[in-house]
Amino acid sequence: MIEARQLTKVFHDRKRGEVRAVDSVSFTCHPGRIYGLLGVNGAGKTTILRMLATLLQPTSGSARVAGIDLTDNPGAVRARLGFLAASTALYGRLTARETITYFGRLHGMRPEEIARRTETLAAELRMEDFLDQRVDRFSTGMKQKTSIARTLVHDPDVIILDEPTLGLDVLAARTIVAFVRDCRDRGKTVIYSTHIMSEVEKLCDTIAVVHGGRLLAEGSHEELKQRTGASDMEQVFLRTIGVEAGP
Amino acid sequence: MNARQVFTVYAKELTDTLRDRRTLISMFVVPTLLIPVIFFAFGAFTTKIVRKARSETQAIMVIGGEDSPGIRAALASHPKLKIVPTTGDFRNRISEKTLRAAVEIPQGFDQAIAEGRPASVKIFTYEGELRSGLAANELDRFFRDYREKLILSKLEKRRIPRSILKPFDITRQNVAPPEKVGGNLIGGLIPCVIILLSFSGAMYPAMDLTAGEKERGTMETLLCSPVGRREIALGKFFMVLTASLATVVLSALSTAVTLGAGVVLFARDAMATVAQGAGGAARSALPAIDPTGFLLALAMVLPLAVLFSSGLIALSLFAKSYKEAQSYVSPLVIVVLLPAMLATLPGVDLNATLACVPILNVALLCKELVSGVFNWGYISLIFISTSVFAALGLILAERMFNRESVLFRS
Repeated sequence: MIEARQLTKVFHDRKRGEVRAVDSVSFTCHPGRIYGLLGVNGAGKTTILRMLATLLQPTSGSARVAGIDLTDNPGAVRARLGFLAASTALYGRLTARETITYFGRLHGMRPEEIARRTETLAAELRMEDFLDQRVDRFSTGMKQKTSIARTLVHDPDVIILDEPTLGLDVLAARTIVAFVRDCRDRGKTVIYSTHIMSEVEKLCDTIAVVHGGRLLAEGSHEELKQRTGASDMEQVFLRTIGVEAGP
Repeated sequence: MNARQVFTVYAKELTDTLRDRRTLISMFVVPTLLIPVIFFAFGAFTTKIVRKARSETQAIMVIGGEDSPGIRAALASHPKLKIVPTTGDFRNRISEKTLRAAVEIPQGFDQAIAEGRPASVKIFTYEGELRSGLAANELDRFFRDYREKLILSKLEKRRIPRSILKPFDITRQNVAPPEKVGGNLIGGLIPCVIILLSFSGAMYPAMDLTAGEKERGTMETLLCSPVGRREIALGKFFMVLTASLATVVLSALSTAVTLGAGVVLFARDAMATVAQGAGGAARSALPAIDPTGFLLALAMVLPLAVLFSSGLIALSLFAKSYKEAQSYVSPLVIVVLLPAMLATLPGVDLNATLACVPILNVALLCKELVSGVFNWGYISLIFISTSVFAALGLILAERMFNRESVLFRS
């Protein structure tokens, strides 16, 4: 479970001065559900997720991940979550198996446990053919599958995915989406951040529209459509951020 | 601190680094292969040129001396010299290297000698040019021999013993042990090389493991694992330290083997020919450095390598990209070499104050150590002060890993 309360992040920039990247954002994500963060580039989604992953410290506000406060014990929070973002790349000179093993070790897993988990993930993500090849020779899809495997090697309770299908072909994207659904079915708490409207509609149980660092609306896609009087998610989004007028 | 996590990070960085061509070249290829290849190629090339030049007959010109036929005839029959017809442009021809040397014999030279009047011959040469030097040396030797023969025949005619020329001998004896002579001659060079190797060995992995990782996006992947920032900093630091020490040790081994083989194969021959004076001294002094001192000098690399590794990690981590890190780090090569070069200046000797100046202290100490001087008080002080600076560098590196503005600088 993730509970964010009044999360705020302010950056100080020499040219722009004080930049409020995230402004008093509160939400709750429950186990067995996928929580979607929908917003354009620069809306503040990645900053929210980086705070939850303890990579950035909130300027104010708080959050609990799997019952642990972010600021009290960031190491324990990271041990309970799997974080994957467009900015979390892989080591090109390691193989997929070496990558998964390395992160398994960093999570304190035993070698036989890592080996077992690697085989399971490789089968679920269809990675068997390239498991022992170097990452720098991979296609985008192969890299993303490897990234997901390294994110989930320790079988975390909470999974944060930031634009996981970015740049993938239809087949690779379908595999990833199916895998995320599978994680939800196994009772994981999933946060799924994207700017692809159709993906949010198909996948997320709850959708939050983020714009200008603020959470503007939250609910299921049906609820949001009703509230805005929109016929699809794109219209929901445009009406929520105020670009398009409602009925 | 979790030592297991530090080792996990270190082991991964080692695997990754050993697969990186750039680091492998700076860490293994340059010290183990390039140094011997350059040395042997240079040695073989020099030896070949010197041997060839020594076997050749050098073209010289005799200016004047028409009334001294005896000398001209003796010069003409010299096996190593070939007299070419006299022209007025001999200076230009020597500069253009079509003529190796010229000798000017004054008018009435024989008569002046017979009458006991002073006379002088002038040798024209191209200073620093091998073949011109060989020709000038032959001419010089020829006229010295001729002068000595004249003196001896005059003494004989007057029935004066030869010993009148040399009523007593002057000898000079070196009381300094050979390693001290060697230490004075090359003692300043050794710390320069060690410092440079230690720094360059740490440079590429430090930039790759920090700025490089930030640029490639792998730093964020590592930071979102449960490993603490201290463990990450230490794991990376130990890798950079390994690269720095490996470069120094491999270079030292490779240089020792190369010098051992090279002196036997090339150096004696080439040095003796090119510069008989100073070269001869250097040749005899080159291997004579104190081996214990040399090993101690290598041991002093440890705190120095810790200092370089931690400092380079902190600095490179600040950079957004590998290229930016290069622009910060590259000028530092000169900064670290300056104190090492300062240590080679005459009159700059180790004292308690200088023992606390990083890099300069190790350079001055190395100079003393290879000369066989072991001042344990200074050795301890330098080890402690360098370790303190190294620890400060490490603390700085760890702090950098905790700063959001550094890690997510964009």
